[in-house]
Order: sequence, then C-alpha cells, then structure tokens
Amino acid sequence: MQIYLPIAEVSVNAFLLLGLGGLVGVLSGMFGVGGGFLMTPLLFMIGIPPAVAVATGTNQIVASSVSGVLAHLKRKTVDLKMGCVLLSGGLVGAAAGVQLFAYLRSIGQVDLLVTLSYVVFLGIIGTLMLIESVGALMRSRRMAAPKRKKHNWVHNLPIKSKFRTSGLYISVIPPVLVGFGVGVLSAIMGVGGGFIMVPAMIYILGMPTKVVVGTSLFQIIFVAAFTTLMHAWENHTVDIGLAVLLIVGGVIGAQVGARIGLRIKAEQTRILLALLVVGVCLNLAVGLLVEPKELYSIGTEG
Amino acid sequence: MLRLVLILTLFLAVPARAQQEQIVAGMSQNRVAIDATFVGSEILVFGAVKRERPAPDSELGVVVVIEGPTQAITVRRKDRRFGIWINTDEVRVSNVPSFYAVATSGVFDDVVNEEANARRLVSIDEAIWILDRPDIADEQAFVDAVIRIREEADLYTLKESSIDLNQETLFSTAVQLPSNLVEGLYTARIYLTRNGNIVSDHISYVSVQKVGLERWLYNLAHDQPLWYGLLSLAIAIIAGYGASTAFRMFSRG
Repeated sequence: MQIYLPIAEVSVNAFLLLGLGGLVGVLSGMFGVGGGFLMTPLLFMIGIPPAVAVATGTNQIVASSVSGVLAHLKRKTVDLKMGCVLLSGGLVGAAAGVQLFAYLRSIGQVDLLVTLSYVVFLGIIGTLMLIESVGALMRSRRMAAPKRKKHNWVHNLPIKSKFRTSGLYISVIPPVLVGFGVGVLSAIMGVGGGFIMVPAMIYILGMPTKVVVGTSLFQIIFVAAFTTLMHAWENHTVDIGLAVLLIVGGVIGAQVGARIGLRIKAEQTRILLALLVVGVCLNLAVGLLVEPKELYSIGTEG
Repeated sequence: MLRLVLILTLFLAVPARAQQEQIVAGMSQNRVAIDATFVGSEILVFGAVKRERPAPDSELGVVVVIEGPTQAITVRRKDRRFGIWINTDEVRVSNVPSFYAVATSGVFDDVVNEEANARRLVSIDEAIWILDRPDIADEQAFVDAVIRIREEADLYTLKESSIDLNQETLFSTAVQLPSNLVEGLYTARIYLTRNGNIVSDHISYVSVQKVGLERWLYNLAHDQPLWYGLLSLAIAIIAGYGASTAFRMFSRG
C-alpha cells in the first residue's frame, strides 16, 4: 500500500515504514536506545530526504521512549532524580547543539561532520562495550563475584547527592556534564543519544545496568521532544504522516523489546548492543573510505 | 485593381507560408491532485496537424516536452582527501527544472535538428546551463551529473518514438509523472517539425497541487510551525502511552 507523505513529498510503502518502526522499536525497548542512529540511515536508504528523516526520526523517538519508559516505570527501573539531573544538562546541550549545527551548515560539510561523528562515537563506544561485556560474560561464566566499583574522580567532586534508585551517592556535576555532552551530540547527529548515554551512565557514573535503560529513555523523551519542536519551528521538516507510521510500528516494537530485554541477561544485552553499534559504525566508515559510485550529489535549497 | 490583387495575395500568402501546418493539441488533464494515496499520474497528450493544403513531402515529427517548476540547487562533488571521500567542489545552479519529460515521434536527432534544439531549448541538456566558474575547470561535468542523477530517479526522461503518429495527422502519447513531484505549474510544449525544423508549436499548462489532508498538513507545517510541532509531539506521546496501556491490559488478560 503506497502512501504519499505531505512534507517529504515522496510516495512510500506504508507497510515498509511500519516494519521499520517495529524493528527499531524492538531494539529501543531492549537496549534503551532511542534507535535514531539506526532509523535515520534506514530512512535515507528508502529515499526520504535527509532533513525530513532526521527531524521525523526525533519525533518517533519521543513515542517509542514514552512507550518504553512506562514499561520501566512499572518495574521501578527508572531513576527519576538522576533522569532530571541528566535532563537539565541535556536540554542546554541540545540548544547549544542546534546552534552548532546551524553554524556547520553555513560553512558546508555538515554531512561529513555528521558521518564522522557517527563513526568516531559509535566506534569508540562499540569497541569499549564489546571488550567490557565480553569480559563481564567471561567473569560470570567463571562464577567469580562481581567486583564492587572503585572510587574514581567522579566520587570526589562537590555537590554530592543521593540517588537511591541507582544506589549512588555522587556529585551532580558529572551527570549534568554527561547530559550536556549527549545533548550537543544528539542535536548534531539527529538522534536521541541513548547509545552514548547508556555507556556513559554505566562506565562514568557507575549506575547499575538495570536502571540505566529506563533512566536513559526517560531523559531522551524530553531531549527528543525539544529537538522535534526546534526542527518543526525552524526547518518545517517534521512529517506527521511518516511519523505516525513509524510510531505505530515503533510503540508495538518497543513493548515487545522491553519484554525480550527481561528474558535475556544484562551481559548478553550489552554484547548485542555493542555488536550493533560496531556494525553501524563499520558500515558508515566503509561509506567514507570506499569510492562512491556517484561522486556528485544534488541539494535543493529553500 | 492590380494593386488590390497584389495586396490580397500578399495577405493570403504570408500566413500560409509562415504556417503551412499548425499543431492543435489537448491534454487529458490540466490539474494533478496529490492526495494521501498519490502514486504518480499519467498525462495523455493528443492532437492533430491542421493543414490547408496537401502535406509536403518531408519528414514530419512531433515532440512533447513537459517541464516542472524550476529550482535552485547545489551540486556537490566528492573527492578523496586524507583517505576519505568528502565533498570538495560545489556549484550552485538556479533555474533547474524539477521535472523534464521529452517524448518524440522518432529518433530525437532526426525529429529536432541541432539548431532548432539550441534555439528552442528542447532537450534537457539545453534546458540546464550554468555560468562560467573560473575556479572550476569542468562545469559541464556538474550539469551532466544533474542529468544523470535525475534520469536515474525518473525525473528526467527522454522517450524516443513514444508518440504515435497516425496518417501524418493525428498524434498521441502518455507522459508518466512520478510520485515525487514538486508542486507548481508544469509547462507542456508541443512542437511540430519538418525535416528537423520546428514549424509550429503549442503550449499549455498543468497545475500540480496537494489536496485534502496533504494540503492541510503542509500548510500547517509552514504557517503554524509551533502548533504543527506540538501536534506531532501530542500524537507521539498519546501513541506511546496508548501502546503501553494496551500491552499491559493484554498481558494481564
């Protein structure tokens, strides 16, 4: 069934979009990532104009995150306090990121910088996660008791606060900075930023894996909603028709994903996510390194 | 008396010599409506050659050109720098047709000769031109790239021998419009040629417009962006909440 999208101005198969939304939704529910880093390139591939794909992707992330976070709230795996602290940095970061994006656009080369930042961040995070989670899996196989996290610089900063759900007593400065950094990146890369947020919460803040996913989803809702509004307001590139189809697929997928996430062990979840991240990274890197079939591209203005 | 005869012959002869044959044409529609189920459209162009004396003994040809609204575009070229492929050169071109379909009754070069093509801008490569750029040696490569990319997307088409010419008088052809059309006024040019020279032409217009829900959403997005953005968010939140609730009830029951 073909459907014409009013803003993207192309006709696409409705079931293809539902399927895409569903696939990304499952991953979102399982890993707590918004799935934007997968959704955006997939939308490019089926012929949605990049500007529309990025803006509409953030709108879809709102829906799947709301759906996912409700499942997590029910299981009490959301650290609301930590989420709000991350969010305060995230919104400021997203606003700064939108300005940076506009600047990059004015000097050209925004595509390259977006792709490069994908490759760099996905590469670093994916590799680190893979090493860590393989190590963790080996340790759990040997039935060794998990090591209690050591105190690092994060624990020696002022303005300490108690985050009961995470079982942490740390300074609010690191979470605000993490939120800010992810906010900047998510605005530049057109994603929710969960794939950066999740590892940052585990490895920098030392939060338990159990609450990381729900808390990440919680703060992504607000950052993604803010970014959607900015795109709709400044670029008119949010396509409601496209969003509705992706959302319908996505919210169902997110529920399924959240349930799958409960069945498999946290270490396995992390290995899967790490492999996924590395895979997307390699795919993008190949695109930069191999001579493209078509050297020219057309950009329409206005 | 002689004078009158002379003037009369002159009056009759001049238009007759200038336009021995005239093309008359019509289209199946002059309005294309884009709605939610729009998957492209087809325009039937048909007509006849009107002549007051027997047809001359030369090669007759018909060309139909349907051209979409022009756009300003930026064409970028990638080159290898530091081992990766990045955009290096760019050329801005104003007035590039968003859509360009050419249909002919025979091989293009036989139907329209080079001079006529250059003067009346019939083929796509005549319709796109860029200003000289001192910093770029091969501007033509950028024009070629635009044509290549758009031909690939079926936005620029050349269909030779796709016009049925019946008894040197009646002609008809169907021009396909793809689903990724730009809104606006499309021009349909119809040329009648003899030995590759254009002897008569006809011009009409097709308006391509979004209608219904598509129109409403498009206008809302551009005129009331804040409300449009809030509407998008509301849909997202309700859908997310709805799905979660529905699933919870489903797994309980």
